[in-house]
Amino acid sequence: MKLNRRNFIGSAAAVSATLSAPMVMGGSHGRPRVVVIGGGAGGATAARYLAKDGKGMIDVTLVEPTRTYYTCFFSNLYIGGFREFSSIGHTYGKLAADYGINVIHDWAIGVDRDAKTVTLAGGGTLPYDRLVLSPGIDFKEGAVPGWDVTAQQKMPHAYKAGSQTQLLKSQLEAMPQGGTFCMVAPPNPFRCPPGPYERVSMVAHHLKANNPTAKILIVDPKPKFSKQALFQEGWSNHYDGMIEWIGPDFGGDKVEVRPDMMEVVIDGEVTKVDVCNVIPAMKAGKIAEIAGVTNEAGWAPVHAATMASKVDQNIHVLGDASHQGDMPKSGFAANSQAKVAAMAIRGALTGSKVFPAKFTNTCWSLIETNDGIKVGASYEATDEKIAKTDGFISKTGEDAALRKVTFEESVGWYDGITSDMFG
Amino acid sequence: MIELRHVLLSVIVACFAQSAAANHADADAKRGERVFKKCRSCHKVGEGATNRVGPQLNLLFQRVAGSIEGFKYSESMLRAGADGLVWDHDTLDTYLENPKSLISKTRMNFRGLKDAGDRANVMAYLRQFSDNPANIPEASPTTVGTDHEVDPAILALQGDPEYGEYLSSECVSCHQIDGADSGIPSITNWPAEDFVIAMHAYKDKKRVHPVMQMMAGRLSAEEIAGLAAYFEKVGQ
Repeated sequence: MKLNRRNFIGSAAAVSATLSAPMVMGGSHGRPRVVVIGGGAGGATAARYLAKDGKGMIDVTLVEPTRTYYTCFFSNLYIGGFREFSSIGHTYGKLAADYGINVIHDWAIGVDRDAKTVTLAGGGTLPYDRLVLSPGIDFKEGAVPGWDVTAQQKMPHAYKAGSQTQLLKSQLEAMPQGGTFCMVAPPNPFRCPPGPYERVSMVAHHLKANNPTAKILIVDPKPKFSKQALFQEGWSNHYDGMIEWIGPDFGGDKVEVRPDMMEVVIDGEVTKVDVCNVIPAMKAGKIAEIAGVTNEAGWAPVHAATMASKVDQNIHVLGDASHQGDMPKSGFAANSQAKVAAMAIRGALTGSKVFPAKFTNTCWSLIETNDGIKVGASYEATDEKIAKTDGFISKTGEDAALRKVTFEESVGWYDGITSDMFG
Repeated sequence: MIELRHVLLSVIVACFAQSAAANHADADAKRGERVFKKCRSCHKVGEGATNRVGPQLNLLFQRVAGSIEGFKYSESMLRAGADGLVWDHDTLDTYLENPKSLISKTRMNFRGLKDAGDRANVMAYLRQFSDNPANIPEASPTTVGTDHEVDPAILALQGDPEYGEYLSSECVSCHQIDGADSGIPSITNWPAEDFVIAMHAYKDKKRVHPVMQMMAGRLSAEEIAGLAAYFEKVGQ
């Protein structure tokens, strides 16, 4: 983005706001204020579009605990050795400097919906006119008997990218020859439906080259999974005999783990494993629950046309945390929803034009070197939900050239969406 | 049976729509050879034909686009081939009418054959240089003579760049606005007409990419015009 006078004033304001630390709420204020919690595909995109299209008319604050954000999407490719860890890390410098967004690295720990303020762990209070919650996911307690977050060093989830992803990769690399890698897959709904199965593919890619007699066990409570035919075809083509999938018919839904013993108990039968990737059942990130906008299932119901909470019209919930209808929980979906929400918020706060909401999603997965597949759909907002209008999926038996182009396309998309998020 | 139906249809077509349609139904390889003069300075066909400015055209039908080893194709042509574009009567007819409708940045610097009869004839000529010409399905009589060009009224639409900017937020999740084009082609600063032609080719499912067919499929002609107007000028 080119620096012009308006941007320059914006960033100067951002710098002074950062220096004086979280502002104390005041009674009267000039520009309408939007606070965005969570700097991932939903939150970073929403903040950027509000600041960019608001053209200085909206005061945008982004609250994100980490200084370097590691994307969950493509973190499997790091596990497989296709990406450097640093290549999936992003910082917020451009959002602050080029877009004038007030970026605060802190945890949001409270939302007062009557006073319209957010409390930060560091002690500050942020007033808002509109609040955007894009906190991603948290895990449901007790979802996998024997596992809780204190066990995540022994049995990592690696389903929030960062040190957990690095830990899982180092455990994979340290596996004894002929050892067993176990994945406990999550029940629906969960972040990134093809994610666990792409991860298994990446683990298999590593093992094939470094530990070819090793085995992979997937313990799955679901009778079927995303892109199943494509993954299973790929696994038999590339990793024949290495991967065993245990669905609910064979006790995949009756699993217990013993982190201290490195044991997995499947339908009463004890199995020793060397690495165990436990991906528990999920719910919306904690701040959504604290704000009181989640339902009994743990997700935040929203109106499709605006992504506004069904509980509070001044709060918008994006991405994985939202309960919106037909879209999968994916980074692409969160990015798409963020633009719709940003437009609706701008319209409400500044009177700018509001066009009909359109949503899209595409999820690429890598099975083996240059063997990429994809699934995607388009959506519209109905009174009831975000409803699917059209879709496509890669086909089994596609030729190598098409699969290579599909993989290359996913790399192009990664560059595209991360520029769209972080500027 | 099929033969008979084919003949009957041709007869019916000939009876009821005498002039143009009749012409196309009996495409004439001899006339096609004369039309091919326009192509000959770049393309060779027949025994011993080699690549020149353009690739040689023996065994063209059922060939995957961009697949002759050693010929230097445009990026766009290679991508279309990888996406699954195969030359048959219908795809060639579309390409020959306006090359850019299928391959935006094709190296084939040719305005196209606007006359459906010319296209049918030149294809009749070219199919003789296939392995087994009799086995190549001709386009069904109903599709012969279809006009593949985008309706001039659509091309004349003045797009609203403000609306285009809003709609573009869907495009830039994949196509980078700064023009970077690894893996996914750039659409930044495309001539508006090329943009409109390409998007309508996806919308009509003449171009094969499934994501783009879906994206274009739900855009109206006005929305496509808005996007074209926005992307043509963005950043300038």
